Amino acid sequence: MSAIAMSPTPVAAAEPRRALLAVEDLSVQFVTSRGVVRAVERLSYTVAPGEILAVVGESGCGKSVSSLAIMRLLPKQTARIPSGRILFDGRDLLALSDEEMRSLRGRDIAMIFQEPMTSLNPVLSIGEQIMEPLIIHLAMTPAAARSRAVELLGLVGITDPERRLDQYPHQFSGGMRQRVMIAIGLACNPKLIIADEPTTALDVTIQAQILELMKDLCRRLDIALIVITHNLGIVARYADRVQVMYAGEAVEQGVSEQVFQTPRHPYTEGLLRSIPRLDRPRDGRLATIEGLPPNLLAPPDGCRFAPRCPYAEAACQSPQTLAEVRPGHLTRCGRAAEIARRGINGWSLAGEAAAEVASTAPLVLEVEGLTKHFEVGGGLLRGATAVVKAVDGVSFSLREGETLGLVGESGCGKSTVGRLLLKLETPTAGRIRFEGRDLAGLGDRELRDVRRRIQVIFQDPFASLNPRMTVGQIITEPLMVYRLVASKRAAADRVAELLGQVGLYGYMAERYPHELSGGQRQRVGIARALAMEPRFIVCDEPVSALDVSIQGQIINLLEELKLRLGLTYLFIAHDLAVVRHISDRVAVMYLGRMMEVAARDALYAEPLHPYTQALLDAAPVPDPVAEKARAPRTLGGELPSPLNPPSGCVFHTRCVAATEACRRVVPSLEEKRPGHWVACINVA
Amino acid sequence: MLRYLGRRLVLMIPTLLGVAIITFFMLRVVPGDIVEVKLRGDGGSVTADVIAAERARLGLDQPLLVQFADWMVGLVTFDFGISMWTGRPVVEEIGLRLELSFQVAVMATVVAVLIAIPLGTLSALFRNTWIDYVVRIFTIAGLAVPSFWLGMLVILALLALFNWLPPITYTPLYVDPIANLSQLIWPALAVGYRYAAVVARMVRSSLLEVMREDYIRTARAKGVFERLVVMRHAMGNALLPAITVIGLEFAFLIGGLVVTEQVFNLNGIGRLFVQAVSRNDFMLIQTLVMLLAVVFITVNLIVDLLYAALDPRIRYK
Repeated sequence: MSAIAMSPTPVAAAEPRRALLAVEDLSVQFVTSRGVVRAVERLSYTVAPGEILAVVGESGCGKSVSSLAIMRLLPKQTARIPSGRILFDGRDLLALSDEEMRSLRGRDIAMIFQEPMTSLNPVLSIGEQIMEPLIIHLAMTPAAARSRAVELLGLVGITDPERRLDQYPHQFSGGMRQRVMIAIGLACNPKLIIADEPTTALDVTIQAQILELMKDLCRRLDIALIVITHNLGIVARYADRVQVMYAGEAVEQGVSEQVFQTPRHPYTEGLLRSIPRLDRPRDGRLATIEGLPPNLLAPPDGCRFAPRCPYAEAACQSPQTLAEVRPGHLTRCGRAAEIARRGINGWSLAGEAAAEVASTAPLVLEVEGLTKHFEVGGGLLRGATAVVKAVDGVSFSLREGETLGLVGESGCGKSTVGRLLLKLETPTAGRIRFEGRDLAGLGDRELRDVRRRIQVIFQDPFASLNPRMTVGQIITEPLMVYRLVASKRAAADRVAELLGQVGLYGYMAERYPHELSGGQRQRVGIARALAMEPRFIVCDEPVSALDVSIQGQIINLLEELKLRLGLTYLFIAHDLAVVRHISDRVAVMYLGRMMEVAARDALYAEPLHPYTQALLDAAPVPDPVAEKARAPRTLGGELPSPLNPPSGCVFHTRCVAATEACRRVVPSLEEKRPGHWVACINVA
Repeated sequence: MLRYLGRRLVLMIPTLLGVAIITFFMLRVVPGDIVEVKLRGDGGSVTADVIAAERARLGLDQPLLVQFADWMVGLVTFDFGISMWTGRPVVEEIGLRLELSFQVAVMATVVAVLIAIPLGTLSALFRNTWIDYVVRIFTIAGLAVPSFWLGMLVILALLALFNWLPPITYTPLYVDPIANLSQLIWPALAVGYRYAAVVARMVRSSLLEVMREDYIRTARAKGVFERLVVMRHAMGNALLPAITVIGLEFAFLIGGLVVTEQVFNLNGIGRLFVQAVSRNDFMLIQTLVMLLAVVFITVNLIVDLLYAALDPRIRYK
């Protein structure tokens, strides 16, 4: 047995309790046609009852695979487990028969998955799905199971549980479905819950609700909880201990305060530095972890992080072991002690901070009273039965060289604003003026010119690139359509130049999108937009599909390009920290309306609108000490249906400061402080 | 629900009207009519007077719009006219055969569903094992082998083994069930094989897809028995696309078994259709087309209602 498995695994110092789950020396491999993927290697950790362990890492690091291995839910045909034990309550799960394992699943170990939208069976009622494990594992009668199901729905905060039991998943929102998943998980009073990215698909206010609920239940019912996530803020707010994984290996383990304050593995350190943070002063540039994780078909023999590590030296070429640097804190880095002692900093922060945008800079875009209503329902021979006010009277403007961040939860209309600016949708009312000209009044020729000068970068870098075209063809096409190049030869030169600008190599023009990583694909998306020599770019969630370390690279690239090419951005995103990092001014939307617009620093330092305050409150920051010190005030309730928005201020149903007047008066966006516009009647 | 049903039934009217117009005028655009087929067939010399008299007798000398109006009035009063060839009411001609065709279609559907669902399911669950390979060979063969040829093999086998030949006359089910079933089971099997192959392949592919869904993983994580995972969680979702295929195939069988009926010596709708077309028996052709249109529309409606019953996401208002 290796040193890893023998090493004592820490438990939160105050409560040395016997481990409920002990993963020892676990390896998982996948046999594929291209070879053996070593997805997890020699992983060891423990969790005690009532404890919350966070497993952190980027996609492909093996965090989900290792948890599926605990559940024994890996695909039988391809997955194999060459070594290791998984001790649960003293029994080795890997040695159980299929039937014994089945009887444990859902009863003693429950799992909650990432995608609440697809994780419930669409053709079975919620009640049937919650009652199922009760009937199977606890041999309850349907009547008893039903009353327990009612109780469970109440426990996870679903109102009117009796009636909702007979409804189907499509009648629930994403947040509500995740609550149902938790209710299913809790049904048989499990000892261990594994939550695999439980809130990644949810909005930040709903995320806070769900995680608070899980934490509370885990403490109250003494359940061991493993939370798998890539979000370091969640880890800081909720986890007792952290396990950081990289390329299939655990690289650092410890109590979360220790790991966050004094990370001892360069990868953890890099991760913490590469995310924009709400709790720190804003730096000009984000530190980034350059390069990509290794291919797990043939990972490096030595430290797997060495190729991307700023501290790498010759000794890193030999295998590293997970060793204790202080009680309860383990790291897989030979230079950990040295790094800690000398305090060397290998992370470059080169680059200049963007200058303030002068208030005299010319206006690029003016939007006035922009409104988009979608008619829904109806059909042949009948008019629309309802109107969704996706965007309702939104006004803002952008000066040259400025970045306006547009934030809000899903369904608030922020993407529709982007589509209206791109003329992908026609506004129901309102005016868009680009460079002083009203977009609505343009002829075909002028519109073509404007279309060229307003470009877009999409969220999903894979879905937005044609899989049958090479990178070169994708970038060349608009050049040809708009006759921006004289010849094929000039086009090829221009493609190479553009690829260089976005940090890709010229030879990548021959590649197809599937041959590139997520970050590289997003760079191609940016190059395609730049090909048109735009003045203004709508960035619609450009980094939210990317891993943390890649996200930093793309944000830096966008900032650099803005300075170099004098671009103006509308940056649509839901991540408040990212928006703060990149924006000069920030606009907050809720249910189709503009709630607050202000300069970045003013908005984050002194948010005036209760909704902005709630959003900032709900967003966890990656600092366990700060997180544990502040009392969570989660925003209750859910986004009301846009078909039937609340009267008066649309936010009043969820607002802590709502008064009687808020139900009646529709607040207008007013300048309450110089340059700080708020739509709230209670803000003086 | 009732309102939805009512709306769908009302929407049948424009569809059927469209079918009626196209059929009526297409038949008359093509040169030649039943009178020519009837009289020229005798080979003798036919005077123009005789032809004109016959046309007048059948109403073919009327202006097209008058003929069409007559037919339309007949349709809405459920008077489908008389066959121009036999002189018997069209309803009678069709009624005789519809019973048989309908029975064969129902039996073939039962055969197909009984074969296809278990085979498709096994094939998906044991993907890429010998079970899957055997099922896939069986289904590919089902698609490749023409039903009438399979029917001929069946008849040859029956003749060689039991010295049995398909009877010349049709015995209705309510007269003698044994005789009826022993006559119709063979064509139902011959047709049902191809039908089963189509459905089994659909079941296989949709079940494979469903088994990869997140909610199947959820069911397993709940500790649901594997048998229940398949039967309860997967099949409910996987059968939806199969129902569409079954519906379309069923509707096709009512009028589409031209050659198979010939092989088994069955007097069905398919055969009647071919005869009617070769004789230019306009009245019969028109009514048959309308009948098949009604069958297709009805089957589609039933499929849609089944969908609503099986999938709570689809609820019609």
